[in-house]
Amino acid sequence: MIKFILNNTPISTDKHSGTILLDFIRYHKALTGTKIGCREGDCGACTIMVGDLRNGQLHYESMTSCLTPLGNAQGKHIVTIEGFNGDGLTPVQQAMVDEGGTQCGFCTVGFVVSLQGFCLSSKPQTYENAIAAIDGNICRCTGYKSIERAAQRIVDHLGNYKGQDKMNWLVEQGYLPAYFKTIQQQLETLKAELPQPITPQNGALTPVGGGTDLYVQRPAEMRKTAINHFLDQNELKGISRKGDNIHIGAACTAEDLRSSTIMQEHIPNLHAFMKLVSSTPIRNMGTVAGNFVNASPIGDLTIFFLGLNASIVLSGVGTKRTIALKDFYKGYKQLDKQQGEFLEEIIIQVPQQPIGFNFEKVCKRTHLDIATVNSALQIKLSGDTIIEAHASAGGVGPTPKYLQNTCNFLKGKPLTEATIQQANEVIQDEISPISDARGTKEYKRLLLRQLFYAHFLTLFPDRIQLAQLV
Amino acid sequence: MKNIDSNTHVRGESIYVDDIPPRQGTLYACVFDSKVAHGHIEALDVSKAEAHPDVVKVVTYKDIPGINEIGGIIKDEPLLAEKEVHFQGMPIAMVLATSEHSAHEAVKRIEATIKAHHPIVDPREAHAKGELIIPSRTFRLGDSENAWDECAYIVEGSAESAGQEHLYLETQGAYAYPTENGSIRISSSTQGPTQVQRTVGAVLGLPMHKIEVDVTRLGGGFGGKEDQASAWATFVALGVYLTGKPVKYILDRMEDMRMTGKRNPYVSDFKIGLSNDYKIIAYQAEYFQNAGAAADLSPAIMERTLFHSTNSYFVPNVTVQAHSCRTNIPPNTAFRGFGGPQAMFVIEAAITKAAEEIGVPASVIQKANLLKEKDKFPYGQPAGGNEAVDSWVRAEEKYDIKALRAEIDAFNQSNQLYKKGLAFMPICFGISFTKTDMNQARALIHIYSDGSIGISTGAVEMGQGVNTKMVQVAAHYLGVDPSRIKIETTNTTRVANTSPSAASATADLNGKATGIACNALVKRLTGAARKKLGLSEQAVITIKDEFIHVDGQQTELGWEALVQFAFLERIALTENGHYATPTIHFDKEKEKGHPFAYHVYGTAITCVTVDCVRGRYEFDYVKIAHDFGSSMNKIVDLGQTEGGLVQGIGWMTMEELMYNKEGRLLTNALSTYKIPDIYAVPKEIEVDFLESDKENMAIFKSKAVGEPPLMYGIGAYFAIRDAVKAFNPQAEPPFSAPFTPEKVLMGLYDGKANNVESVPVGAVKAKG
Ligand SMILES: Cc1cc2nc3c(=O)[nH]c(=O)nc-3n(C[C@H](O)[C@H](O)[C@H](O)COP(=O)(O)OP(=O)(O)OC[C@H]3O[C@@H](n4cnc5c(N)ncnc54)[C@H](O)[C@@H]3O)c2cc1C
Ligand code: FES
Ligand code: FES
Repeated sequence: MIKFILNNTPISTDKHSGTILLDFIRYHKALTGTKIGCREGDCGACTIMVGDLRNGQLHYESMTSCLTPLGNAQGKHIVTIEGFNGDGLTPVQQAMVDEGGTQCGFCTVGFVVSLQGFCLSSKPQTYENAIAAIDGNICRCTGYKSIERAAQRIVDHLGNYKGQDKMNWLVEQGYLPAYFKTIQQQLETLKAELPQPITPQNGALTPVGGGTDLYVQRPAEMRKTAINHFLDQNELKGISRKGDNIHIGAACTAEDLRSSTIMQEHIPNLHAFMKLVSSTPIRNMGTVAGNFVNASPIGDLTIFFLGLNASIVLSGVGTKRTIALKDFYKGYKQLDKQQGEFLEEIIIQVPQQPIGFNFEKVCKRTHLDIATVNSALQIKLSGDTIIEAHASAGGVGPTPKYLQNTCNFLKGKPLTEATIQQANEVIQDEISPISDARGTKEYKRLLLRQLFYAHFLTLFPDRIQLAQLV
Repeated sequence: MKNIDSNTHVRGESIYVDDIPPRQGTLYACVFDSKVAHGHIEALDVSKAEAHPDVVKVVTYKDIPGINEIGGIIKDEPLLAEKEVHFQGMPIAMVLATSEHSAHEAVKRIEATIKAHHPIVDPREAHAKGELIIPSRTFRLGDSENAWDECAYIVEGSAESAGQEHLYLETQGAYAYPTENGSIRISSSTQGPTQVQRTVGAVLGLPMHKIEVDVTRLGGGFGGKEDQASAWATFVALGVYLTGKPVKYILDRMEDMRMTGKRNPYVSDFKIGLSNDYKIIAYQAEYFQNAGAAADLSPAIMERTLFHSTNSYFVPNVTVQAHSCRTNIPPNTAFRGFGGPQAMFVIEAAITKAAEEIGVPASVIQKANLLKEKDKFPYGQPAGGNEAVDSWVRAEEKYDIKALRAEIDAFNQSNQLYKKGLAFMPICFGISFTKTDMNQARALIHIYSDGSIGISTGAVEMGQGVNTKMVQVAAHYLGVDPSRIKIETTNTTRVANTSPSAASATADLNGKATGIACNALVKRLTGAARKKLGLSEQAVITIKDEFIHVDGQQTELGWEALVQFAFLERIALTENGHYATPTIHFDKEKEKGHPFAYHVYGTAITCVTVDCVRGRYEFDYVKIAHDFGSSMNKIVDLGQTEGGLVQGIGWMTMEELMYNKEGRLLTNALSTYKIPDIYAVPKEIEVDFLESDKENMAIFKSKAVGEPPLMYGIGAYFAIRDAVKAFNPQAEPPFSAPFTPEKVLMGLYDGKANNVESVPVGAVKAKG
C-alpha cells in the first residue's frame, strides 16, 4: 500500500510503486491541470509540489511528476494546481494574469506551481530565487519577459511578510487554501503509520533514487519493476563531516548537496557550479549516487567528484568495500559493481589547507542541458609548484574520465602557461571524443582545451593570461 | 484588456484535447513509422501486434475507404505508406488498443522489412538530381545581369539556415467519436479546422458535412499545426470509421519530433553589388529550400521567400530564384515567418559580407538602403504606409545608439576574455495570405434573448490572443461590456470553409468579419430602438456603454431591454458576417501584383556578450522600435513581440536540428533539441510602440503582430558574429545558422587553434 496526501485528499493505493505519478494524477485521479509536455523532465509542464517532514519541519520542493515513481510519494503531500486553487486567484496567479505571463497556457500551470512553491519555501525570497524556482519550466510562447515581470510582482508582494507564522500568513493572503494548515499534523500521523523501508542491500530490487535517469531511459519497464525506494531511509540521508572526511549518503540529492553548509564551506563556489546542473526540480529529485551509477560519460556530478578525488562505499549482501570513484568506471556503462551492490555513501577528503577547485561545463544551452564537455580540477600548490592535481573530463570518451596522465604530468611542475599548454597536449592524447548530436570530435577537443585553460584562468587570474595560452 | 483565457490558464482549468474526459470504450491509437528514410517495403508483419490482448485492430493503407492522400497543396503525400517510404517517421500502420500503454507496446511488435535506397538529405543534391516539388520560380526587378558594371563593390557567397522544430508545448493530437448516421466529430489540436475536415472527408470517402471538427484552443501552434495536424485527426477519424468506437491519439514528444515537419532549412547563394556610396545596385539570390519528402506547404513558403528576398531594402535590380527540393526528411511546413526569415537571413548575410569586405559597419549599408515611401518591391507592389526609415531612426534616437556603441567599444577595449557585439535588424513583412483566395473569413454572432452574446469565427486560439481581440471588436461595435461576450469554440458546423489561423492575418480577417456582422446587428437593433422610442428617421441612434444614445445623448433604454424588445418584434438576432480583403491580387505568370494588404516594419538593436574562453554567449539586450500601426491590445501585442523575438533568437542560436546521412533526426527530444529557457533570453527586451496613424487595412489599424517580430531574432546571429570578430578579426565564420556555441568557439579560434580541423557545415548537418 502506498499512502500519501494528494491535495486535500488522503490516498491509499495498491498500484505498482513504479507507476508514474503523472499518470496517477491525470488518469487515475482525473486531475488534468497537470500537463504532459515531454515526459523527460525537460519542460516542467508536469511540475508538482512535494511536501515532506524534515526534522519535524514541513518542507516543500518542486518535482516533475513525469519522472516520479508513485513509491516516492509515500508519506508525502503531493500538490497539483488543483490543490492550490481557491475561490479567487492566488497572488501568484493574479500576477501571471496581470503581466500577460500566459499565452497558450500549456506551460502556465507548471510555472504557477513552481512559483507557488517558491512562496512556500524557506529560502530568501529574492527575485533571483524566484527565477531559480522556474528554471525547470519551458515556455515557447512568451519569451519569459512577462513571466519575469510576474515574478517581480510576487517578490514585491512577499516583501509584506514580516516574520509571522508563514503558513498562516500565506493562507491569510490567499496564497494557499486553508487546508494547508492541517498538513503538518496529517503527515505526522501518516508517517507514524508507515512501515519501515526495506534495507538498501536487498539486491533483488532495483534501486531508484530520483528516477531522473531511469524514467527517461526505460519508463515502460519501470512501471513493472520491483523497486527499492531508498530515498526515505534516514541512515542514507544527509551530509556529515567526520574528521578530515565529508560523507554523503546515497539518498542525498543534488539540491541537498547544493544547500549543504558543509559542502559550501569546502567549495565556496558551489552554488554557481550547481546552477549549471539540470534544473531546480531535477536537482530536487536526482541523487548524487544515481548520477555515479548511471555512468553517463558526461554526468556532471561524476565529473565534479572525480575532480574531488572521491571514494565510494559499495555494500552487497554481507559485503562492504570502499573504492576510488575513478576506479568505478571500466568501460562504456560498465562498472566495478557486482549485481545487487548498493552505493551507500560517497566520501571526500578535506585537506587542511584550502584547495583550488573549479568546475566547468559547456552545452548548447547554458542551463538545463547536458554537457557537451565538462571538466573539474582540484589543485594544490606549494609556492609556485603544483604538488597535487586531480583533473577530470566528461564527453571526451566512453566513461567519465579521470585524466590520470594529465594529473601525473602536472605533479611537481611550476604553475606557468607553458606547463598548462603542455598538460593540454597530454590531455589531447588521453581522450577519445566522438562526434554526436552534442558536437563534433574536433570541437570537443578544442572545448576541453579551453575548459582546462578556464580552470587556471579562473583559479589564478593574476598569474595566467589567456593571450599566453592561445 | 487581458487575455480572456488567462484565468482558466493559471488555474489549470483550460481544456486541451488531452483533457477532454474520455468516453467509455475509447480506443487509443499509436502509429508505426518507418525507420528507413527512403526504401521499398518488402514485407510488413503485424501479426504479433494483433496478438496483443489489448489490441483491437491494426490498420494499414488497405483499410482506407477513400483516398490514401493528405497532401494540401499537392496530392503527393499518403496517410499510410503503401510500397515506398520517403522519410524516417513516415506512418506505415496504426494500432488501436484499449489503453495508451498497450498501443505503444503493440507498435514495438510490428516488423517491416524495408529495402533501403539512397536517401537525400541535402537540398542541393536533390536539385542536382531534378527532385523538385514544383517548377522553380524567379522574381525580377530591373536588370541585375547588366547592373554589375555599375557596381563599385561586388560580393558573392553562400548562406544557410537550419530548420526549426516548433516545439509547441502541447504535442499534436486529436480525439474523435462517432455520431449518428455515420458522422464523426473530431476534437483536434489544429490551426486549420477546415483543412482537417476536408482531409478526413477525402480519406474516409465521406462528404464534408459528415465530419465535424471542433477546436477549443491549442497549446501552441506556430505553423506546425496549420497543415500537419490533419494527419493525426485523420488517423483517429479512420479509427472511428473502422471500429465504431471513440479513438484518441496524443503523440508523445519523440513521436511528434520524429514524424512531423519543421521550418524548412535553406541553403542559398547570393551576389550583391554596391555603389561607392553603399547603395545596393543589384542583388541576386538562389534559394535551395529543403522541402522534405512531400509538398505540404513548401511551395507557398518558397513563394514568401521570394516576396521577402530584399527585406526592408530597396534594390533596383533584383533576380531571385527559388527551388523547392524534395529530400528524404519529414515534409517541412509552416513556421512563424513562413519562408520570410530564411530570405532575410540571406540578404543580411550578403550585406554583412559586403560590409566586412568594404570595411564599414553593416549598419551603414543597411541604413543607406531602407525602403522609402512608394519604393517598389521586386513583385511590383509599392511600399505604402512605410515605416522602414522611421523605425530605424526612432531606434537610433530613442536608444541612443552612439552611447550604446561607446559602451561596447569601451568594454571590448578593457576585456580580453569577453567581447561584445552589436547588430541592427530591420524587418519588413507582408500581411495577407499570398494565395489571394484564402483572404476571406466569416463570423457568426448570436445575441441571445437575455442580451448575452456568443461569437463563432474561423479563428483558432493558440495563445496569440485572437479570442481576446474578437471580444474587443464586438464590444466596440455593439457598444456593450466585454463580459457579455463569449467566444465559442472554432467549429466547422458553425463557421465553414475557413482559412487556417496563420499568416498573422487571423485577427484582421476574422475581426473584420465580426465587425461586419456586428454592424448589421446594430443596424437592426437601432431600427428597433427607433420604433420603441418613437423617434424620427433623422434621429441618430447609437449604442454605447450598454445604453441606447440618441443624437449623442444617453437614453433610459438599455441593451437588455432593447434586445428583449427586438426579439419580441421578431427581429433576427443572429448574423453571419463575411469579409474578403479588397485590392489584393497577384499574377503568378508575371510574378507581379499587389499581394499584401499592408506591410509591418520595425528595427531591432541586439547586443551580445561572448565568453571568448568557452564560446558561450549571453544577450545583454534587444531594443526594438516596432510598427504596431495603432495597437488595439498592448499586453497581447507586447507578448507576441517578446515571444516572437525569443523564438527567432532560438532559431539563430541554440536550436540545432540535425539529421544524419541516413535521414535520421538526431536531435529528437527535448534533451537534445534545446529551445530558449528563462536564463537564455536577453537580459533586457525593450519594445517601443511606434504608433502611427497612417492608413492601413488592419483591424482598428492595429497591425498584425504574430510573425514579424520573429525576424528580429536574426540580429542575434550578426551580433554574435560581430563579437567573434572583435576577438579574432581573422575569423571567417560561415554564414550558417544557428550560431551554436560550437561554431562560436571554432570561429573564435579559427586560425588560432592548433590541430583543430574546421567543422563541416550544412543546413542539414551530416553527423554520426
Ligand atoms: C531534465 C533532466 C536534466 C538533467 N540534467 C543533468 C545535468 O545537467 N547533469 C547531469 O549530470 N545529469 C543530469 N540529468 C541526469 C540525472 O538527473 C542525474 O544523473 C541524477 O543525478 C540521477 O539520479 P537519480 O537518483 O534520479 O537516478 P535514478 O534514475 O534513480 O537511478 C540511476 C541509476 O542508478 C541506480 N542507482 C541509483 N541509486 C543507486 C544506489 N544508491 N546504489 C546503486 N545503484 C543506484 C539506479 O538503479 C539506476 O540504474 C538530468 C536528467 C533530467 C531528467
Ligand atoms: S512532462 Fe515535461 S517535465 Fe514532465
Ligand atoms: S504560454 Fe504557451 S508555452 Fe508558455
